[in-house]
Amino acid sequence: MKIFWALLRRELASFFFSLTGYVIIAAVTFLIGESFAQLIDGLGTDPWPMPVTQMFFGSLYFWMIVLLVAPVITMRLFALEKASGTFETLMTTPVGDFQVVAAKFAAALFFYVVMWLPLLVCLFIVGRFTNQANALDSGTIGGMCLGIFLAGGFFLSFGCLASALTRSQMAAAMISLAFGISQFALAWWAKNNPVSDQWQSQLLSCLNIFDQMNDFARGVVDTRAVIFYASLTLLFLFLTLRLVESRRWR
Amino acid sequence: MGYSRLTNLMIQVSNLTKRYAGRTAVNDISFTVARGEIVGLLGPNGAGKSTTMRILSCFMPATSGMARVAGFDVFHQSVEVRRRIGYMPENNPLYPEMRVREYLKFRARLKGLGWRRSRERVTTVMEQCGLTDVGRRVIGQLSKGYRQRVGLADALVHEPELIILDEPTIGLDPHQIRSVRQLIKSLAGKHTVLISTHILPEAEMMCSRMLIMLGGKIRAAGTPEDLQRPMAGGSQIIAEIAAPSEILRECFSKIPEIEQFDVSAGEGEFQRCVLTPRDGLDLRPIVFALARDRGWVVRELTRHRHSLEDIYVQITKPDEEEEIE
Repeated sequence: MKIFWALLRRELASFFFSLTGYVIIAAVTFLIGESFAQLIDGLGTDPWPMPVTQMFFGSLYFWMIVLLVAPVITMRLFALEKASGTFETLMTTPVGDFQVVAAKFAAALFFYVVMWLPLLVCLFIVGRFTNQANALDSGTIGGMCLGIFLAGGFFLSFGCLASALTRSQMAAAMISLAFGISQFALAWWAKNNPVSDQWQSQLLSCLNIFDQMNDFARGVVDTRAVIFYASLTLLFLFLTLRLVESRRWR
Repeated sequence: MGYSRLTNLMIQVSNLTKRYAGRTAVNDISFTVARGEIVGLLGPNGAGKSTTMRILSCFMPATSGMARVAGFDVFHQSVEVRRRIGYMPENNPLYPEMRVREYLKFRARLKGLGWRRSRERVTTVMEQCGLTDVGRRVIGQLSKGYRQRVGLADALVHEPELIILDEPTIGLDPHQIRSVRQLIKSLAGKHTVLISTHILPEAEMMCSRMLIMLGGKIRAAGTPEDLQRPMAGGSQIIAEIAAPSEILRECFSKIPEIEQFDVSAGEGEFQRCVLTPRDGLDLRPIVFALARDRGWVVRELTRHRHSLEDIYVQITKPDEEEEIE
């Protein structure tokens, strides 16, 4: 555990004591602000048909942020260490492979959560200056936070896997970006193909990350979605661990 | 397993082989290193030194063979081995964004030292490696010499039984090389040290024993003196004597111990004589006696010591020819 904390501290320091970390936070804050401005602009006349959180998730901004940021956060985790050779000094100390993977993922997730904090400020402003009861409540905010967290874990864990695959940060970023976009495209496809009895379309509906996120944003926590994200996150982390271990028998 | 922990063997390697796709980096090598020894692993680039060190430090597995450190198998008891070694890889990778003290403390914690203990040890190794003044500097901004010392301090921080240093003086200026060498020499006795280098005089200066590797095999092993001995017999004598060259030639040709000689004009009245002995004799007393009898002035009388460079060339030569074939 002692070693895990030391590793986690170093990983966090590499996010927060570097320019990259702040560039990411600034870019995300900018995108959140822009989407927020558009939301405000679209409001004001009619009573709102849906909670604000749902409108945010329905916009492209949310997906753009998750899909772009996850590869950028995770690409350096393993690839940079391999390229610079520090992976060798790291793995020749008595650390466990599991500790290394867990610390890197935990740090990425923590940074991801910090990065989303400006959204809460935006929601606070909406809540403060509107009087529409259905716009915001603690249930929708809680659902939204859980949704952001689970989706983050899912894409970040794949990013870890991609980074462990290669020693090039660029390649790692491309692999996880391709994965993210393919998930997005699948969801798009599922959205435009209503569910029928065929197993293909049923499978597709399970992969529909839009609907899942929409539920979260309405404050509906569907256990199927929670299990979907949590199990795939664990699977990707397990594969990452196996990749890191494979060095010892390859 | 317990056997070698009782004896004083720090490293036992037997029949170790490492194959990469299509290439054998280390080919069936065996050697042992006793506790407290400073052993140099010598060889040109690509001889298999780094691969051997990476296997010993548990970074990669061997294809076949056995390697033990302090009695623990590097493959099956990797954590035990990693606890006991301080390893500095080639070109010394560090985290450039961290500060020196912060980095060393992080490394000490990774190696399982407690909070208080790691603070003490970091202070000690920083003094030992001359890093006290740069403790708060960012590693990325340090000179190469300092960075090398940070790497060394990292290898030492948990007081490991075995220190493995891959090319510790590469890329340093002569002054820095000297200070690093002194540091490594000061480790003798307390720690076992395995150093790789392709600079022969360096190994000669630091190591009590040397292993010469080439093409993935160990070609020669022994103390620097051991390795010198087979060649020392045939070594030439250089003498500068103030005498007419014809008379010198005449005298030399009458001495049966001299197999070959060469006399050339030196500075002023001195002649520079290069003499090759027969049967590996030391010609210096004979030349001295000759000069004394004749009343000649001798300015220089030295035996040309074969450097390890020569030994090295001799060992490596036949194989290069084999490779060409």
